[in-house]
Formats: sequence, structure tokens, C-alpha cells
Amino acid sequence: MAEAMQERRTDYGPPHYEQFLPPIIKENYGKWKYHELLKPGVLVHVSESGAKLFTVRAASGRLVSIDKIRMFCDLADKYCDGYMRFTSRHNAEFLLSKSENVDPLIADLAKIGHPIGGIGNAITSIVHTQGWVHCHSAATDASGIVKCVMDDLIEYFEETKLPGKLRIALACCLNMCGAVHCSDIAILGVHRRPPVIDHTKVKKMCEIPNVSASCPTAAIRPATVDGLPSVEVIEDRCMFCANCYTVCPAMPLNDPVNDGVSIWVGGKVSNARHEPMFSKLFIPYIPNNPPRWPEVTTAIRQIVEIWAANANKYERLGEWIERIGWPKFFKMTGVEFQSEHIDDFKHAGLTFKRSTHITF
Amino acid sequence: MADQLPSTPKLDELEKGKWPSFVTEIKMAAKRSPMAADLLGQLEQSYREKIGYWKHGGIVGVMGYGGGVIGRYSALPKEYPGISHFHTMRINQPAGWFYTSDSLRKICDIWEKHGSGLTNMHGSTGDIILLGCRTEELEPVFDELQKIDFDIGGSGSDLRTPSCCCGMARCEWACYDTMALTHDLTMHYQDELHRPAFPYKFKFKMSGCPNDCVASIARSDLSIIGIWRDEIQIDKAAVTEYAEKGMDIQSDVVNNCPGKCINWDGKEITIDDSFCRHCMHCINVMPKALRPGKDRGAMLLIGSKAPIIEGAFLSSILVPFIKIEPPYTELKDLVDKIWDLWCEEGKNRERVGEFIQRVGLSAFLDEIEVEPIPEMVAHPRENPYVFYEDYEDDDEDDK
Repeated sequence: MAEAMQERRTDYGPPHYEQFLPPIIKENYGKWKYHELLKPGVLVHVSESGAKLFTVRAASGRLVSIDKIRMFCDLADKYCDGYMRFTSRHNAEFLLSKSENVDPLIADLAKIGHPIGGIGNAITSIVHTQGWVHCHSAATDASGIVKCVMDDLIEYFEETKLPGKLRIALACCLNMCGAVHCSDIAILGVHRRPPVIDHTKVKKMCEIPNVSASCPTAAIRPATVDGLPSVEVIEDRCMFCANCYTVCPAMPLNDPVNDGVSIWVGGKVSNARHEPMFSKLFIPYIPNNPPRWPEVTTAIRQIVEIWAANANKYERLGEWIERIGWPKFFKMTGVEFQSEHIDDFKHAGLTFKRSTHITF
Repeated sequence: MADQLPSTPKLDELEKGKWPSFVTEIKMAAKRSPMAADLLGQLEQSYREKIGYWKHGGIVGVMGYGGGVIGRYSALPKEYPGISHFHTMRINQPAGWFYTSDSLRKICDIWEKHGSGLTNMHGSTGDIILLGCRTEELEPVFDELQKIDFDIGGSGSDLRTPSCCCGMARCEWACYDTMALTHDLTMHYQDELHRPAFPYKFKFKMSGCPNDCVASIARSDLSIIGIWRDEIQIDKAAVTEYAEKGMDIQSDVVNNCPGKCINWDGKEITIDDSFCRHCMHCINVMPKALRPGKDRGAMLLIGSKAPIIEGAFLSSILVPFIKIEPPYTELKDLVDKIWDLWCEEGKNRERVGEFIQRVGLSAFLDEIEVEPIPEMVAHPRENPYVFYEDYEDDDEDDK
């Protein structure tokens, strides 16, 4: 044991990336000149030296088994000299120096159930969180909704027929591990019932001042309940963020009857044309309807199709809505504008319409 | 195990359709792993009852590290003993998420031996996520990871695993070497990454250009986004080629320019670069003809985060342009100043963006010794509640 401890290393960091770069990338690192989209899911990058690197982008759920990773490895060995990478949105990417390998690779990917696409004016993989697969605070499942939405929108992944890019993200609670707040379409799990406090556990499991401080609307205050030191929640002030639950396990908000998802639209991260934007609330609540969440997939398809039919070329969803105005967007989609749509948190006034610039 | 998969009528519905199915993945793993089989069982119950069955976490880890392992226990351990412990290990990915099949297979072999066989490639922050490990297997996994030179990533109130776009490895728009910087910062700040000592989490994300493929401006406390400050490079012949192939340059490129600084006379493109906002649109549309300039570096923006607790923030400009070259001393000095201040004055679970909102950007800049400049704001203040710094007394003698 002592010997083992002596040999034990810490803080050596990740392996250096250089050893994982294919020779063509090492040779042309920093020398790429331009790229072209050859067909959906396939890019070519051309170097100053004339070298060509082909990229095949394959769909992947972010939850993958070691069996699948080994299948990817086999394909990397067969077509890419043993190299591959993953993208920031969970896609599997294969980098080829030989163009003749592109189509056989795509055929083999199809055999193991991985369509290619997600480049250019398309929808790419949905960035998402753990959901019921692995998280204690999830208000919905993540992988399941993602699967259903992408099954439904697969044509927009495999083809490039949209006006511009469309990025979808899902977070299964307001903690937003997936940071969905700047997505063209965000699916956000929401709780709608205040925490149920287990007063016998608060003192044992939680720091009461931290619990009070955790509430963005100051709805939690210390209280003695049945002789026990605990907290009370002013329910009128609770907006179900579950931050109290994050710091105090004795205050769960999860509830099968009230949990569900909300849909947000019009955010973007890229600086192209318009500055980055936050997503805005569109559908305040859709109940969880596993296993296929049909109300969610229908709502999202409708948004995508209305945008696709009406936006100018390159215009992202948020840019298009900004041009036509929100009232028109609500009218076109038939979604009812409700009190939930009006911000009432800090600086809410900045979101009020403060001009006569409206259309009739 | 192979013949004993639980019945999962609800989840089976998620094996239909063309998108890769996570249920199929779990079933593949379940053929050898009782952990994955019990995960299927519990998940089916969640799908039936519309609620998750995970306990609130717990403190587990490997010796010498304060983060990188997320404790997770099933709330139904009697029904699903295989997932009574189901911890997550975050493994620091190589910069840019490049791998050899050999390295991936070694990780798979370790995870087949010691864990559920399920992963996320990758987690939201960028790590390789090994999903589902018993407490007593954490040390053995780490032992084996050491042998193949993979280390643990961040979690909790520490520096989270830095991540970046593929940068110069496969992109002509990379204005600095994102992978080199990411690796360097990761190595330089190993202690901050592995031992939580901050008020809350801190993320670096490196994007090579303003297209921001790693969502740096929305998701990192310090966003390092590549940019150039000279003229966009124009290849006139390639512009002509685009026009001849039918691109409507006026409509697709010129009319979409937010700085209104591009002119197209039907033959040539000219750009008044002094009004270029570096949005990337024209370059995105004509990658063969237009390229970022040659005087390249990065912009530093600070403070973005998801909503909890003060609301979602986007990062805002801290340094409009900085050269990004090893050993990155200027950048690291600035990071150290920010951390010194935030660690000293920040409240528990207060992100640096929230800290800045609380103390004021001016006060923050003063403390980290950065001069205020107009690039930092969308516009000057609209209210007159100014904290004037000095006032003069009537009776003060002129000197």
C-alpha cells in the first residue's frame, strides 16, 4: 500500500492533444485556407499547401456505451488511420485524408445507426443534460425528449434546407447544466410546485442561513416548526427555481403532476450579423408526456416550419422574430400570450415595449 | 446478465426512429453490466411515474482530489441494487476532443472492468463523463487512468475543466491557437482545477473566432474569443468566382453586414474595416474569398452564466484585444488578479459575473487594475446615481 501510494501521481493533467492529431492535421496546423460544404454532413478543408482534409459529421446521442465507442474506433481504424474526434455538440466526427473513403464510411455509419449531417443551414445535435438518467433535480427527462425531437426533425439534420442555422438545447431544470439560455430553441424542464419541506431533516442536512440566502426572491426564512429549527417558504414568492433544493436535500420540488417543460425561442451565441441573444419564453408549460412527448415535438416542428417558411436567408430564428415583432410571431404560431410571458424579476422593465414601434 | 434485461415497454418506444437511441446504448451496456441493467429498470419506472429516482448526491472522490467525482445514489436501492451507487467521474478531455482509437479503447477497457460501461461523449463542460461507478471502484479506476495518462476534471467550487473549439487544427478562422492555450491553462491551474477553493465554479472557454463554437460568451466566466484588428483579407478572384456561380453578394453579404461597411459594385468588394464589427457573417458566407486579418489575438469577456441565482448573463468585454502567445503571462496575471479579488470578496456560491454586478464593474476594474474604456459598455449609464469619487471642500486652500 505504501509503495502504491508513492507511485501515485496527481495533477498530471490531460494527455497532450498533439499525440491525437492525424498527420495531415499536424502538417497543416494553422495553415488551413478555406473550407467547403461538399454535401450535407461532409466538409472539405483546404490548406495553403493544397492538402485536403475531409470531415464526416455523424449524429450521436451524448449518452454512448463503450460498445458504440469501440464501433466508432473500428471505423476510425478502417477509414481514418485510427483518428477521430467529437464536437462541442456531441457529434462524432471522422477526419479523412482520402476522399474515396468518405462514402464507404457514411455507409458503415448508417449500418450502425448514425446518420450524417448537422453542418451549414441545418439543425445539429441537441446539447442536453442528464435528466432522469442521472440527476436528482430533473423536472423532465433529457435524452428521451432529445431523441423524440431529433427523430421528428431528422430531415433538417440530414439536409441543408433551412434559411440559417438552428440550435436546440435542453436542460432538465433551471440549473441549466446545458446552459440553454442562448439557443434558437431551448427546452427547459420546470417545476411548478413549491418545495415540500421535511422539517425533521432540515437541521440535520442543511445550513439554514445558506438555505435562506439561496432564494433569489427572498421567499425562505428561518422558522421553528413543531419545535424543530427549520425554514418556511412564502409560497407566493416561490418561482420554483429549486436553488434551495440544491443547497438543502430536505426541500425537494420534484413532482410528477406539476413538473414538465417550457419552450424558449430566439437565442443565439454566435456574433454573426446580430449580437448574441438570450432565448425568450414562448410556451410556459407542457406536461411531461413520456415516452414520446408528442406535444413538445409538435410545438417545435411548428416553430421550425414557420421560421423556415418566412425568414430571410441566413436569418436566425431570433433575428427573424425581432424583424417581424413578437406579436406577429405569437399570431402566426397561434400560441396564446399569457401573464407568464411578462418578466417580473429584476430589471423586468427593460423588456417592456417602450415605443410606438408596432405593426397592426 | 445477457438474458435478464428488465421489461421496458416505455423505453422501447425510444428505440424507434432514425436518431441514435440512448436506450439502445444502455441495453448494449446492460448485456454485460448489471449496473446498466438496473439503470434501465429504474429509468422505465421514471418513465411510468414521471419522476426521477436519484438521491441528492453525496461527497465521494479519489484521494488527493477535491472534485471531479459527482456522488450519485439511487433512491430505490432495494429495487435496483446495481445502481445503489452510480457516481459520475469527470475525465479531463484532450483539448479539441481529438482521440486515437487506441486511447479510446483503453478508456473503454477500464470502464468495462470497473464501471457501468456508459459514458457521455462529452459532458456539457467538455469532460469525458464516465457514468455510473461504485464508491469502491473509484480508486481502481483512477489507478488505471493514471497508467494511460488521463486525469480527473473539475467539479464543485473550482476551476472547471477548460474547453475549446478545434481551432487551428481544422479551422481557417482560428485567430489564436485555442488548443495550445487550453492545454497550457489546464496544466498551469491543476491545483485550482482539482481542489475546490473558489466561492463557486469558474469556467474558461476558448473560441477561435466570434462564431464561438463552444458558446464561450454564454457559458464561461472568462470567455477568450479569437479576433483580428486589421483588415479582412480579400481574394478578389474568389469573390468573382462566387458571383459567377450565382451568389447574390449584395443581398447575402452586403445587406447583412451590421456595420454597413461592405460595398459591392458588381465587380469588386471593398470593406471599410474601421467600421467592421467582427461579426464573421461575410467571412462565413464567402470562406474562399474572405478571411480574418493577419493581426490576430483574442478578446477577453467576463461573467457569463446560467440563471441561478441572479439570472442568466452573457459575458461582457474586459479586454478588447490581447495577443495570445506562450507563455501567456499577461493573461495569467489578469486571471490571478481576478481570482484574488473574487476569492477574497465573493460570497458563497457567487459567480464572478454576479460578484461584478454586486460590487459594480467600475469598482471591480479598479481592484484588478484595468482602465475603464467605452468598449466595455453598450452605452453609458442612463441614471444619475453616480458615485463621484472626490469632492472639494469650500475652505480647502489652493496650493
